Amino acid sequence: MIASILLHVLILLLMPPLLLGVINKTKAGFAGRLGAPLLQPYYDLARLMRKGSVFSRTTTWVFRAGPAVTLAATLVASLLIPLGNHPAIISFNGDMILFAYLFGLARFFTTSAALDTGSSFEGMGAAREVTFACLVEPTMFFIMVTLARMSKSLTLTQMLTYPSFDVWFVAGATMLLLVGALFIALLAENCRIPFDDPNTHLELTMIHEVMVLDHSGPAFGIILYAAALKLFVLGAIFVNLALPFKTGNPFINWAVFVADMFMLAVLIGVVESVMARLRLVRIPQLLVAATILSAFAMLLIVR
Amino acid sequence: MIFVWHIAVDPVANILGAILLIGLSGLPGLFIKRPGPGQKMSVVITICASILGMTGAMRILGGAPSVNYLLEWPIPFFDPCMLSADPLSALFLLPLLLSASCSSIYGLAYISASEHPGTEKQVTFFSGLLLASMASVLVARNGVLLLFAWEIMALSSWLLLMTNKKDAEVQRAGMVYLLCTHTGTMALFVLFSLLRAESGSFLFPAIHSLTTGGLTLPIILLAALIGFGAKAGIMPMHIWLPGAHANAPSHVSALMSGIMLKIGLYGIIRVVSFFVELPLWFGWLILSLGIISAVTGIVMATAQRDLKRILACSSIENIGIISIGLGIALVGMQSGNRLLVVFGLVGAFMHIINHALFKPLLFLGSGVIIHATGTRQIDRMGGLSITLPRTAPLFLVGCLAICGLPPLNGFVGELFLYFAAFSNGISAPLPVVAFIAPILALVGGLALITFVKLYGTIFLGTARDASATKGGEAPFAMLIPMILLTLACLITGVFAPLLLNLVEPVVVDYAAVPVELFERLVSIVPLQQLTMINGLLLLVILVIWVSWRFIVQRAPLATTETWGCGYLLPSRRMQYTGSSFSSLFTGLLRGSGGDGNRHPVLQGMFPASAGFASPTTERILDKIIIPILLGADWCLAWLRRTQSGHLHFYILYIFATLFVLMLWSHQ
Repeated sequence: MIASILLHVLILLLMPPLLLGVINKTKAGFAGRLGAPLLQPYYDLARLMRKGSVFSRTTTWVFRAGPAVTLAATLVASLLIPLGNHPAIISFNGDMILFAYLFGLARFFTTSAALDTGSSFEGMGAAREVTFACLVEPTMFFIMVTLARMSKSLTLTQMLTYPSFDVWFVAGATMLLLVGALFIALLAENCRIPFDDPNTHLELTMIHEVMVLDHSGPAFGIILYAAALKLFVLGAIFVNLALPFKTGNPFINWAVFVADMFMLAVLIGVVESVMARLRLVRIPQLLVAATILSAFAMLLIVR
Repeated sequence: MIFVWHIAVDPVANILGAILLIGLSGLPGLFIKRPGPGQKMSVVITICASILGMTGAMRILGGAPSVNYLLEWPIPFFDPCMLSADPLSALFLLPLLLSASCSSIYGLAYISASEHPGTEKQVTFFSGLLLASMASVLVARNGVLLLFAWEIMALSSWLLLMTNKKDAEVQRAGMVYLLCTHTGTMALFVLFSLLRAESGSFLFPAIHSLTTGGLTLPIILLAALIGFGAKAGIMPMHIWLPGAHANAPSHVSALMSGIMLKIGLYGIIRVVSFFVELPLWFGWLILSLGIISAVTGIVMATAQRDLKRILACSSIENIGIISIGLGIALVGMQSGNRLLVVFGLVGAFMHIINHALFKPLLFLGSGVIIHATGTRQIDRMGGLSITLPRTAPLFLVGCLAICGLPPLNGFVGELFLYFAAFSNGISAPLPVVAFIAPILALVGGLALITFVKLYGTIFLGTARDASATKGGEAPFAMLIPMILLTLACLITGVFAPLLLNLVEPVVVDYAAVPVELFERLVSIVPLQQLTMINGLLLLVILVIWVSWRFIVQRAPLATTETWGCGYLLPSRRMQYTGSSFSSLFTGLLRGSGGDGNRHPVLQGMFPASAGFASPTTERILDKIIIPILLGADWCLAWLRRTQSGHLHFYILYIFATLFVLMLWSHQ
């Protein structure tokens, strides 16, 4: 029991940057390059933690609190998510609502920290972040209500461990719509292509990277880690819906989960390699389309 | 002697005493020639009266029996005047009395006697009158008495709104408010006349006692919705609200937004409780109007540039959220679903208390900001967290709470509405209420846009307009009320079960739900776990913050300008403004009718200088209501001859009307 929880926490805390490594390796492969080592994100984090910091004169404590609150909210939210077949560390009725609102708290502080610099670029990024997030939010709740109705439960653990291949056979259309909507939400929330390009910093279509332009050193490291953790957490939800492999053995379950996450990372890498970033005006349309997909899923399960 | 002791310990008598004291608190000042002492005296009286009244209200919530006070008054027809307080009244009285103390302390510095020697006395007097009349609405148990209190409330708030009466914008807002409130009162006349015809008395009927059928019930319900709903600012009866709240003095805006809107909701909640059975459509109507108010209100708030208009529009949103809860409960009552009743009511009542905590906080904060900058346009502000180091964190807490973010109180109230939606989604055969969840999520997302924009534009970055930096931090008289409200938001948010304890007796009493059933139903909402998670969240934030500070100290630190992406001469005017922050979102809605901006037309190789204007528009008022009123004006112009403007003619009209009515009734 304790060993299982320990393993759970270790995977939760240590694995997120690896996903970024896998995504980058996939993209390098598509581009015919060798690419950075798989563990490069860890090296980056370690280096950032040792670096000095530069603060802008206009900033206040909000700028400094931004990364801390963002990481704290993401960490607490990550405790509410089951990994594969393993129940979440903290689970109670209605934890999905808290989960969504914790990301709201993180967003409030990330965007406020961006506005604190007084830079027009960061204001731009912050405006985009809150606007697009506001369009993703209903999608997440349509998905949650649908899952709650299917699994007859109010906890994320039961909602997310409920899907299995039997469920896929019975309610395939619903699951397909859910997975589609969730994948779009996942890419948008984590600022991946086609919504945002994590590799560019100075283009005017940027969202996440431009918001954190002025953070440096350890604070930037915290932000990068929190972003990786968010990708991991939302990815874990996706994997539980899309690839619900179940075995009896807990250790095989862990291996399956890790393999699933790698598959998701490769999938994201493939999407990023074959697609271009959308024009900014198209993004809201795609997000609204995702909301409607998830609303259809709910209609299908309600009827 | 025994009688006096009896009065002293009776909670209802305490409340009535408090109301009387608050109502008269501004009176001594009117007779003291020197400005100043009267205001201080009224603050002391108001605080003492609030404490007295709050103990009374708490004891009623704690289960103390409430006594009815029956006064024979010498007005014919109108039945004896009855005053009482039940848990429902007590729930509304608590935030009212808290705001009373807060706003009166705040007024001491905001409308200080030294700076406003002319207006200070009248503002003090009418504030007391406004508070007392609002409280009287809550304890009135007679329709006519309620209407008296209602009119005093409407007029005293109008007089307060007109404090700055030379301003053209204030005049317009005042006129719209006066028209709206009297239209609402007309609907209330219909309501109470019909109620008297049903129950045979102007005294309020007992709870769930009237079995009205036929056409009367819909008319009563619609009259209540129009009359009380106009005061509450439920869409589409909100047209007076943004202008009035923006133009009143800030501590009066706090009262109007935090408390007076709720008095309108109280009216609806009270009237609905008279009937044994309500038509199902009424619940759905309240629910739909709630959704419309919530979404449209926050969309309007997102687009505004005026600090107090943003807060006012967000009040419409919050009234919408409360109405959603109320609508869920009414739908549940009629379909026999106790779960919806309990969760809807708990959500609505909690949000009533929460909004009465964080909205006054934000309005009081807006007063400090206006003092410090001399403007209400957020696009001219910036960087105020350096000049207002104490106000900034208090305002931040208010912003977080109003977005419904954990660990603050706004989240606890909305949690119950989400639970209503999710439980309905799981168990109902046709879960229509479940669709509330994504809508609330959308509203939450929009609130985040609005309040990040509000906080970020006002307090962060640097001042966008150098002229908007004239003042400094507020005096303690203005900070203390804000600190009190902030603490209330934090405590009720972190220790989530506190709010439930406050609301439980009201729901049990109002919806006639057995206590055991109530506790069994709400036991699925994990408030204890939420408290622990809140603690965990704060702990994790602290740990990360401390370790980050530790790590940062080990490496070199530097301070420079904000990185301009290679541009070497960044200026303060290059910052994102509030308008540019929200323009991405408002751009998405542009199809639904222009943004009202007047863009210049540029022609030729060297265009001449051109102007750009971005006026505040009130689309429903300007495009729909005013044309209708102009049409009515054209049709009824001939009636104007009877309006001489001389008082004695109007008295003659009243006499003639009464005479004709007397003849008619004796026919």
